[in-house]
Amino acid sequence: MTTLDSSKEIQKNNSEVNETHEDFRMFGLITFLIADGMTFAGFFAAYLTYKAVNPLPDGAIYELELPIPTLNTILLLVSSATFHKAGKALLKDKNSESQKWLFFTAFLGIIFLICQLFEYFHLPFGLTDNLFASTFYALTGFHGLHVTLGTLMILIIAWQSRIKGGRLTSQNMFPLEAVELYWHFVDGIWVILFIILYLL
Amino acid sequence: MTISIDPQKTNNESLQPKGWLRYFSFSLDHKVIGIQYLVCGFLFYLIGGTLASAIRIELASPMSDFMPRDVYNQVLTLHGTIMIFLWIVPVVNGAFGNYLIPFYVGARDMAFPRLNAVAFWLIPPSGLMLVASYFVEGAAQAGWTAYPPLSITTPQSGQIIWILSVLLLGGSSIFGGINFIATIIKLRRPGLKLMQLPMYCWAMLGTSLLVVLSTPVLAGTLILLSFDIIANTGFFNPVLGGNVVVYQHLFWFYSHPAVYIMVLPAFGLVSEILPVHARKPLFGYTTMVFSIMGIVVLGLVVWAHHMFTSGTPPWMRLFFTIATAFIAVPTGIKFFNWVATLWGGKISINSAMLFSCGFIINFVFGGITGVALAQVPFDIHVHDTYFVVAHFHYIVYGGTVFIIFSSIYHWFPKVTGKMLNEKLGILHFIITFIGFNLCFAPQHWLGLNGMPRRVAEYDPQFQFVNQISSLGALLMAISTIPFLINVFLSVRNGKEAGDNPWNALTPEWLTSSPPPVENWEGEAPLVEEPYGYGKEISEGK
Repeated sequence: MTTLDSSKEIQKNNSEVNETHEDFRMFGLITFLIADGMTFAGFFAAYLTYKAVNPLPDGAIYELELPIPTLNTILLLVSSATFHKAGKALLKDKNSESQKWLFFTAFLGIIFLICQLFEYFHLPFGLTDNLFASTFYALTGFHGLHVTLGTLMILIIAWQSRIKGGRLTSQNMFPLEAVELYWHFVDGIWVILFIILYLL
Repeated sequence: MTISIDPQKTNNESLQPKGWLRYFSFSLDHKVIGIQYLVCGFLFYLIGGTLASAIRIELASPMSDFMPRDVYNQVLTLHGTIMIFLWIVPVVNGAFGNYLIPFYVGARDMAFPRLNAVAFWLIPPSGLMLVASYFVEGAAQAGWTAYPPLSITTPQSGQIIWILSVLLLGGSSIFGGINFIATIIKLRRPGLKLMQLPMYCWAMLGTSLLVVLSTPVLAGTLILLSFDIIANTGFFNPVLGGNVVVYQHLFWFYSHPAVYIMVLPAFGLVSEILPVHARKPLFGYTTMVFSIMGIVVLGLVVWAHHMFTSGTPPWMRLFFTIATAFIAVPTGIKFFNWVATLWGGKISINSAMLFSCGFIINFVFGGITGVALAQVPFDIHVHDTYFVVAHFHYIVYGGTVFIIFSSIYHWFPKVTGKMLNEKLGILHFIITFIGFNLCFAPQHWLGLNGMPRRVAEYDPQFQFVNQISSLGALLMAISTIPFLINVFLSVRNGKEAGDNPWNALTPEWLTSSPPPVENWEGEAPLVEEPYGYGKEISEGK
């Protein structure tokens, strides 16, 4: 038991104040992603409730085509793999190879966003047409915002990895690992979204 | 992988302003941020209290003669929002959490100091924005719940500012929650086990889990609501085929846990204060931990008891009634544990103890009305009446705000090195306790007799009881004066407190008062028994 006297002794013992601790930035990021996932969970719950209790009114148009979103699913899944490749390359100190993979991942993200916009412009319904149209745009839009942010972050770390021994090295993998985890999260959300919105 | 901390670098000691100026800076010191939260929250408490006084002046007479009806709606909306999101949540989580948690886990700062400062500095702008929204076409009018279609049909600018402000405050709350979870789980001093942590750590861990799991859902909901208002979508607008009940489900999925976000930290704080002033170990530590976690789990699955009159199907009513009644079990365990902690203790009757005892009395009363409200037939009778207002204020004012004051009396010597004046403190307690009960106890009667809440006018038969309630509110307003005088006098020339005026054993007292920037000169002490009072004596026997 720590008594008051022993604490005074500790205070006298004015030792080294520099300390080390384990890196828990990833832990914080995971906690944040759980929170972010709950936002999506709220949206999904709203969509599924609408589907169960609010039938489409007569004459409302809500038709989704599968080809583009399927292509998008493949794009994101491939981009998860290429991101993983970038991490592997960086671990072996192959900076230029890592950078190539990162740019390729960002490229896939941009293609995804272009496909998404293409789908938006060719759908037969708009944001305010009916409840399902609104929910569709809110959900895919919110996800698209995540993809946009992710792509920007990938471009930033790709830029940082350009120099050997720069800000992003095999010793300091955290920026890459953090963005990678975020990117996998966004991909995972897309798969759920694809199943709920397009397949169900 | 490990990170080495250089305190000079993390805290930018040489770059930070000294003295009182540091409270206006982007400081990364958890103690400075804690005080920033507390003072900022208290200023908003004064604004929210002024609005509450305006409400009670209006309700002293049956007609709306003090202010126009729409202004009354704005005042009650701002009162609710300010008190919840700018006073209770930031203070009971942010202020005491930031100040105490690093001490309790034996750390020199929070896990993410920069995120911590960002979380605080989101609060003043969003609060000021909320107050300023009165000057556009009027502030939001739809109550703190912002139920559609009311929130869609009332003037839009105020409502949109309200949404933006609550989104920012929710973001601040989530950043804080992430920080607390990481600090408590990951930043514990080596050798300190989870089951040796002071109870407030457990309360903050549970609260932060609720914040991280439920606040994002509110954010998503408010984004959809803002689409309804700005972009003319129909998520919650029945005219456009939307569904208002979905809003209520999503809203209460956050806002019922929000009640626990407001009250669980208070449970933690009272568990710190009682053992010190009763000189006894906290009774039933393990059951306390499990009841906190039980409340966290149950708190997430009881939200629809706010919606018994919203056309919820019978199976849902049954489920949510039973789940809500279950919460009384862990809460009751905590209540009995506090009483058992006091039992046979060497109790000092000081302001901190009085406010804590006031909390126990008020809270058990609010808890009993809470269990009553969980029963569907009773709830349908008193739904949206003053009974609900009374119940709610017994929990958040009689519960949490009493504990905030108790904590201020308890930790003031820690923060400033000066004692607060006990005579003024006891006067503060007496006026607050009488005023509070005079204000809110009669409202149970008003509600049972059918006086609806959130309306500026009422049936003249309720006038006398409303005037008693307004008198109580006046006393509550007056009670702030001795408190403010006390703080100002004590900061200037209060009695010197010494390092540990209460002879407490929890880690924050095992350093100088006020503490040094790095919390401890040298290594943090390992406190294995934060409540080991009276141990030596019993061992001697």
